[in-house]
Amino acid sequence: MEKFMLLFRGGVNHAHNAKDSQAAIDNMQAWRTWMESMAQKGILVGAEPLKPLGKQVTGKSKKVTDGPFIEAKEMVGGYVTVSAKDINEAVEISKGCPIFDEDGKVEVRPIQSMEM
Amino acid sequence: MVSVLTKIFGIGNLETAEDVVQQAFIDAIRVWRLKGIPNNPSAWLFSVAKNKAIDIIRKNKFSVQYDFSEDSRILLTSEYTLATTMENLWKEELMKDDLLRMMFACCHPEISEENQITLILKTLCGFSTSEIAKSFLTSEETISKRLLRTKDFFRNKKIKLEIPSVEELKSRTHAVLGAIYLLFNEGYNSSQAEHLIRRDLIEEAKLLCKLLTENQYTQLPEVYALMALMCFHTARSDSRLTTDGEIILLPKQDRSKWNKQLIVEGNDYLNKASFGRAVTAYHVEAAIAFEHCKANTFEDTNWELILDYYQWVCVFYPSPITELNKIVAVMQVHGAEAALEEIAKITNKKKLESYYLYFSILGEIHLRINRKPEAKQYFLKALDLTQSKAERKMLMDTILMI
Amino acid sequence: MKEYLFLFRGGEAMDKERSPEKWQANMQKWMQWMGGLQQKGQLVSAQPLSQEGKQVKGIKKTVTDGPFMEGKEMVGGYLMCKAENYATAVELAKGCPILDDDSGVVEVREIQEIIM
Repeated sequence: MEKFMLLFRGGVNHAHNAKDSQAAIDNMQAWRTWMESMAQKGILVGAEPLKPLGKQVTGKSKKVTDGPFIEAKEMVGGYVTVSAKDINEAVEISKGCPIFDEDGKVEVRPIQSMEM
Repeated sequence: MVSVLTKIFGIGNLETAEDVVQQAFIDAIRVWRLKGIPNNPSAWLFSVAKNKAIDIIRKNKFSVQYDFSEDSRILLTSEYTLATTMENLWKEELMKDDLLRMMFACCHPEISEENQITLILKTLCGFSTSEIAKSFLTSEETISKRLLRTKDFFRNKKIKLEIPSVEELKSRTHAVLGAIYLLFNEGYNSSQAEHLIRRDLIEEAKLLCKLLTENQYTQLPEVYALMALMCFHTARSDSRLTTDGEIILLPKQDRSKWNKQLIVEGNDYLNKASFGRAVTAYHVEAAIAFEHCKANTFEDTNWELILDYYQWVCVFYPSPITELNKIVAVMQVHGAEAALEEIAKITNKKKLESYYLYFSILGEIHLRINRKPEAKQYFLKALDLTQSKAERKMLMDTILMI
Repeated sequence: MKEYLFLFRGGEAMDKERSPEKWQANMQKWMQWMGGLQQKGQLVSAQPLSQEGKQVKGIKKTVTDGPFMEGKEMVGGYLMCKAENYATAVELAKGCPILDDDSGVVEVREIQEIIM
């Protein structure tokens, strides 16, 4: 089993974007259901939503700028780490993600093992 | 509350769970002193405890003290799922509270007693319509209609599921107790043909009453008294029937089969029932049941005291059943003739005449004064009034012995 | 203490021509930096992400192969740490070796706490 990081971008109702609280709660329930199904299969490693704003430190001068840094729909809104056989399986797993109901996208990235 | 918290932190962290509860109570006292007691104190406490638990998880997600790696607990470590998982874990606990709310709603003063019980059986005890119909010796259709009417009543009057205000609570708790009492009696002495004792109903009644003892606003003396009463009665239920389901009357019951644990428990509840000035019918009935439990043999029973108790109940909380029980006590203390005189004093016998017990007592009295033909007639009348197989068998045996 | 996710972008690793010596030296700097965070009890987890990946997008769940954006915009790895606030988190980020190359960027993002 390899580990994959699923980066969530966009999504109109994502944790930080939701305007009305009932929509946010419904949305969280959908996320929970998805994650619970992964936890039951034992493939969920970790997951966190991220606050919409942030800071960026750039280059040798270590210049600090306040976010947002890119368009909202490109911004990473959160991540999930899962175990999967290969990237295709990880892609299949990602298809269960509620972010697609909010027109968001998931970037599926293999975590590089640190063998030296 | 602690049980939910140990589910969250793991059995190994019982102390954390207890700390959270304690902290929640300290917060409650502080805030309530300033702002008064909230409408729903238990929900208030739950939400404080829940938030404290969330804080601890956030701070200690990666600490070695807590093991969140287990599949079900991993959801607590992610912000995506922490709040919703918590919510679901507490729902169960709040359910108990909801049960209480439902119970109060079911016992709305404008709903008839019959409908109250029907609704309780349906919504709280999960009985099917046919099971309820059986309990009430009526058709499923009648029950469906009753339920429909009650539900319409709720809808039309826009009744909310809530524990009533403190002022209203006392009278409402009475209705709830009444419903529990009826539920228990139906379980203890079922009108159903097949089974005389319905343990399911008994357990439901005890569970509902126990909930009332756990809520600070409903733990009234009479609630404890009813709890005591039910304990004393259930302590004796094993000795009431033979293995074949035949009735064993009190004088012949094997008292060694009585459940000592339940008697002790009942005693505890009775002690708790003794605060305040309230002496309700439940208090006295519990005291009577305790007298029976206390006696080592039937002959040791303090019938004088029991008679005093029944006389008191008959004055303050008259009902056909207590009236009949009093007559039994009179018979034990003063003999069959006195009992017959007592019956003669009753002016309106109409209600009594619908009880099989009334005629079976009359039969017993006449048997004792050696007026066998009349006794036989009375037992035959009693036979017509009960559907219960066990009771019919007992009456039949008695008639054959005459 | 709050949790922060550092997302790494760009940096020397993107330079395909780099020598094994440079690679090794760079690796050592990363290990030192992370080791320091670990000793202070601030490191939660960290992984590099491999450059390939797939993207699943929108309601149709269209799968596309990476790269999805310009190399230097791509998330190359992440690190999760604990810090008092954004300011201290940014200070920690400033120690990141990715900034030794002018194309390197550390995006500092606080974990969103969800309240119901």
